[in-house]
Amino acid sequence: MPFFCRIRKRNVIMGKSISIRRGFDIKLKGAAEKSVSELPISDIIAVKPADFPAVTPKLLVEPGAEVLAGQSLFFDKNRPNLHFPSPVSGEVTEIVRGEKRRILEVRILPDRQTRYVEFPKSDPARLSRADILQRLLDSGCWNYIRQRPYSLIADPTDIPKAIFVSCFDSAPLAPDMRFVIAPEKENFLAGLRALQTLAHGHLHLCVHEKSEKSISESDLSGIATDNTHRFNGPHPSGNVGIQIHHITPIQKGEVVWYVHPQDVAIIGRLFLEGRYRADRLIALTGSCVAHPQYYRAMTGQRMSDLTGGRLTSNHNRIIQGNVLTGQKSSGEDFLSFYTNQITVIPEGDHPEFFGWLRPGFKKLSLSRTFFSWVLPDRVYNLDTNTHGEERAFVMTGQYDKVLPMNIMPVFLLKAILARDIERMEQLGIYEVSEEDFALCEFVCTSKIDVQKIIAEGLEYIRKEG
Amino acid sequence: MQRIIKTIKPHFEKGGRFEKLYPAFEALETFLFTPDTTTRHGVHIRDAMDLKRTMMTVIVALIPPMLFGMWNVGNQHHLAYGMEATLFENLWFGFLKTLPIIIVSYAVGLGVEFVFSVMRGHPVSEGYLVTGLLIPLTLPVTVPLWMVALAAIFCTLLGKEIFGGTGMNFMNPALLARAFLFFAFPAYMSGDIWTDLSPEAGQALIDGYSGATNLVAFDADFHRMASAGDMFWGFEQGSIGETSVAACLIGAFILIFTGVGSWQIIVSCFLGAWLMGLGLNVLAPADLPNHAMHTPAHYHLLLGGFAFGAVYMATDPVSAAQTERGKWIYGLLIGAFTVILRVFNPAYPEGVMLSILLMNVFAPLIDHIVVEQHIKKRLKRA
Repeated sequence: MPFFCRIRKRNVIMGKSISIRRGFDIKLKGAAEKSVSELPISDIIAVKPADFPAVTPKLLVEPGAEVLAGQSLFFDKNRPNLHFPSPVSGEVTEIVRGEKRRILEVRILPDRQTRYVEFPKSDPARLSRADILQRLLDSGCWNYIRQRPYSLIADPTDIPKAIFVSCFDSAPLAPDMRFVIAPEKENFLAGLRALQTLAHGHLHLCVHEKSEKSISESDLSGIATDNTHRFNGPHPSGNVGIQIHHITPIQKGEVVWYVHPQDVAIIGRLFLEGRYRADRLIALTGSCVAHPQYYRAMTGQRMSDLTGGRLTSNHNRIIQGNVLTGQKSSGEDFLSFYTNQITVIPEGDHPEFFGWLRPGFKKLSLSRTFFSWVLPDRVYNLDTNTHGEERAFVMTGQYDKVLPMNIMPVFLLKAILARDIERMEQLGIYEVSEEDFALCEFVCTSKIDVQKIIAEGLEYIRKEG
Repeated sequence: MQRIIKTIKPHFEKGGRFEKLYPAFEALETFLFTPDTTTRHGVHIRDAMDLKRTMMTVIVALIPPMLFGMWNVGNQHHLAYGMEATLFENLWFGFLKTLPIIIVSYAVGLGVEFVFSVMRGHPVSEGYLVTGLLIPLTLPVTVPLWMVALAAIFCTLLGKEIFGGTGMNFMNPALLARAFLFFAFPAYMSGDIWTDLSPEAGQALIDGYSGATNLVAFDADFHRMASAGDMFWGFEQGSIGETSVAACLIGAFILIFTGVGSWQIIVSCFLGAWLMGLGLNVLAPADLPNHAMHTPAHYHLLLGGFAFGAVYMATDPVSAAQTERGKWIYGLLIGAFTVILRVFNPAYPEGVMLSILLMNVFAPLIDHIVVEQHIKKRLKRA
């Protein structure tokens, strides 16, 4: 029937519609309210090389040096064209070093009025790919572009198979992407145009069909791409790894780049304003936050600026990121380069008398072994307790229920533990990243550190493969 | 309680007087209190389910066949003497007879487990909480207690610990224990041993009492088996926990509903046996109306310990197939083999035990084939 054929063809051109069935939305207390407070820049800002895995920093500044916002502080010894800029102007006060003199932080005392390195202003649609690439590298904005496999900063000499931007975050308590991007729509679209050229037209945008927290298709109408895909279903549907897997799976030797929407906006600012302006909206969330909401903060800002006086208890865990994939942090830490969300939940270091025998109305489990299943809409206040000790693999089929990929998770994990490169490749190691396995780790009855194993496997194959 | 544990804990930790006994102490501590450990790297929150809770759920699922089994022990005893007994009398009699078996099984098995953990320095695993109850339920009530102890030792040593503990074994330990007794002491595991015939003052065995189970009847002539209804509800002789298919189905429901047991395995076991039964019906020689191949297919599902094996033994996640498709193949084969063994090999009337053990051995191979298929498909997609 020609009519149907036409519709189908149209669908193909306009991108795919993909339903994710396997997964789980963890409903937690402490979602951010849609209001923004501006944070004053703190008395100290730090850039942390540890935010960039596999980068060996070589310093370009010394304590006492004056820097501008956008000026390079250090570069990568292995890839010298990767520069890591200062988000503010001011004086370098201290280089904090750890074991073996490893650089942990470059601390800067910010000026009251930020002075910028000025880059030319121009609409990226009129620039060539080489110009865009060079400007991103010069300004350090390149670091926002990361690649799969390995989730590292992309290699500027590669030609990626595609560039992906996931326009929604499905993780627990994740920021509302539509709200976050709304004040910066122009910058966001300019950034997308730059990526469009970088990708030779293979820019893929993924939106959630039903979620209010996803950037909508109409928001993206200003960008001429035929690859706007509509997703449906629970977390991890917002993970870029899942999206790539369903749209254009990575084979050995291929790379796909991806960029977070807020980072796209920062790239857009570089072209429209000619400046590296690294402030962004941070969602302060979690059950230990008195009034969860958004804050406009500078990358590298001290964490206590965000959390100080805003928490309801002292005995809690501060996480940069979400509860599944975030990094453990503290008030003395600084906001990391890729952080868009801070979650604060109670620490769970308290034993529970016969905890494994109780009915457990307040305990979240994907299984129905606790009676909380009678209340499916309950919003939970979970703490960091592991609810049990680590054991060998016993239960089967658990991981498959939360991993919407054509991958056999347990067999991949076992191949990694056996350091069997050929097997890892056969089972699809290049398509995965730690974050895609976060839910597997959450549900694991044997309390195995699944993400750690995946990270080790990727690291091993990157060095040996 | 928590204070007591806190005060004695230092003695068991590194440098303490009883440092070597730490695994034993830890097992006891975590038995009383879920540990206070928190996530370190990776996810910051964890699903509330752990292995203890999993095993607890299986034990809850084992309660229906256990209670029914106790009642049935009393019922069969009183039937044999032609006595009238109330529900409670039956249950109480069975309880008194069954309890020592369960206690011995737990005490000996956990003892071995503790000794091993202390020797090897690995934590005591929860696996035996279930195994310790499975063993008694698969034995006749008349089994001598020393034999239960032997089975428990055999099961923990050769079924698990030599492979590295729970999660590393490749055969179902409880079933292995039963197979061990079955082959080592056939006199105690077959024949007229299914009913407790401890003498009752002033009572004699009724005329025409037979200690034969329906499996024995099946071997002689399948027409002489009890009615389907009796076999379904479990009013028959047999091992303590296996007789009632109804009780096993309640357990199956609990396992499937909580997500602890694999519904694929349970369903495919039943399906495999039923289909094989139907197939044999078709192939059965028409001139021999009493040939076992004529047994109605649904009888195979009700007969002997099939339901118990399919629900509680085949589903053991460690020794079963681990892939989704593999579980279907594994279950179908268990069902089919059970029926074949029953029909064609009168030497081993209880086919379900041996076919589960056989499929335990084959499960890694089934998984291997499924994984290879998966890899081939992945390559094709490229």
